[in-house]
Amino acid sequence: MAFHKINVTVNNELEQVVVPSNMTLMRLLRENLALTGTKNGCSAGECGACTVLLNGEPVNSCMILAVECDGAKIVTVEGLAGEKQLAPIQEAMIHEGGVQCGFCTPGILISSHALLKRNSNPSEDEIRAALVGNLCRCTGYVRIIEGVKEAARMQSVTA
Amino acid sequence: MEYNTHPALPEFEYILPQTLAEASEFLARNPEEARPFLGGTDVFVRMRDGFLTPKFLVDVKNLNGTNDLRFDPKTGLTLGAAVNMNRVIAFPEVQAHYNVLAEACRSVASYQLRTRATVVGNICNASPAGDTIGACLALDGVLHIHGVNGPRQESLGSFFLGPGKTTLKPGDVVTAIHFPLPPKGCAGMYLKLGRNQLSDLSIVGVTVLGHPDSSCQSGYRFRLALASVAPVPLVPVEAEIYLANHPITPESLREAALLSADACSPIDDVRGSARYRKQMARNLSAKALAEVWKKLLG
Repeated sequence: MAFHKINVTVNNELEQVVVPSNMTLMRLLRENLALTGTKNGCSAGECGACTVLLNGEPVNSCMILAVECDGAKIVTVEGLAGEKQLAPIQEAMIHEGGVQCGFCTPGILISSHALLKRNSNPSEDEIRAALVGNLCRCTGYVRIIEGVKEAARMQSVTA
Repeated sequence: MEYNTHPALPEFEYILPQTLAEASEFLARNPEEARPFLGGTDVFVRMRDGFLTPKFLVDVKNLNGTNDLRFDPKTGLTLGAAVNMNRVIAFPEVQAHYNVLAEACRSVASYQLRTRATVVGNICNASPAGDTIGACLALDGVLHIHGVNGPRQESLGSFFLGPGKTTLKPGDVVTAIHFPLPPKGCAGMYLKLGRNQLSDLSIVGVTVLGHPDSSCQSGYRFRLALASVAPVPLVPVEAEIYLANHPITPESLREAALLSADACSPIDDVRGSARYRKQMARNLSAKALAEVWKKLLG
């Protein structure tokens, strides 16, 4: 199997890596770049635990080949926070108790962050629709949705 | 087969052609072993599950014209093969003139999957459950295909041959789907029954598009397409003819829904039984027809 040399920017750092054809973006992040915040749930694009931003849009990283990301910009959950300050969605999710076991949390944070970028004041229905591809088996979702609403409020105050 | 919850993708070679001619040539030269792919949302899953074992995956997302999404008020909508469903949904002219297509795209999986999923991929996959195919049929979509002998066009109406089977030949790459201007005064809807309200595959899906048409005895033409009830995306022609020839009343709409269900030949599977599908095809057809009729009356 052929290997491909790619350049990919992950959390603002340019990485040069050599990847086999069948390596997914998820495996590249977790196994080569040791960014294990991105989780492997279903490997089939259903659970959303592996959600990352690819050129600003959320994607299931288990459903993308690493080689397809040559020249792309990736943001993982590790890239959401600033140097000393968590992102509003992270603060809000902690404050509202939207985290239990934590496995789905990185994907939820990325999807919610992307939602708030394209819609700064989403309705509850819009939040639910945006998170339909992020399964959580602990919380029952209520506190996660409250967390997204809280993040929207925090951002509107600081904006 | 050994049960593995996290199977890796099997080995294959990733091919990134630079031109359409190169893509067609490579695919034609390796007819059994090469497969084109766009978002991969279906291909990767089937490869992991062992149902597909291509030696070459040919990435056709970056080829000439495949990223175009444009509306021309004289000729209609051109939707490039690599345009993802979120882009289709957000495109103002799709919302304004082809809303049933936006509605169908919105019913597919999740936001992050739709960042990758494409309408043309959904079509080429030729799953009877394909959510966006009904809208493309009702809107008279025409496929733009690049083959070894150059470009050609093919109407979607005669494209599907069976589950996963189409008229595409080795070397063919679908570059875009084109829609003519929608009929004046049309209204449509996609009604999808899944195991949950959002994100699941369809147990039954019903697309209805209606518009005033003075060439029909009834004064209206209705287009119908049903998902997950036959080996191919199904157009219940008898129901369409019935509504063209009979005055539109609550009774005639219900009769058309019966004809629509009669045309179905569903199977039992994990998502629903054949019997249930047939009944729901009737109920959803009736509901969608009534809703579209209400919209047409304004």
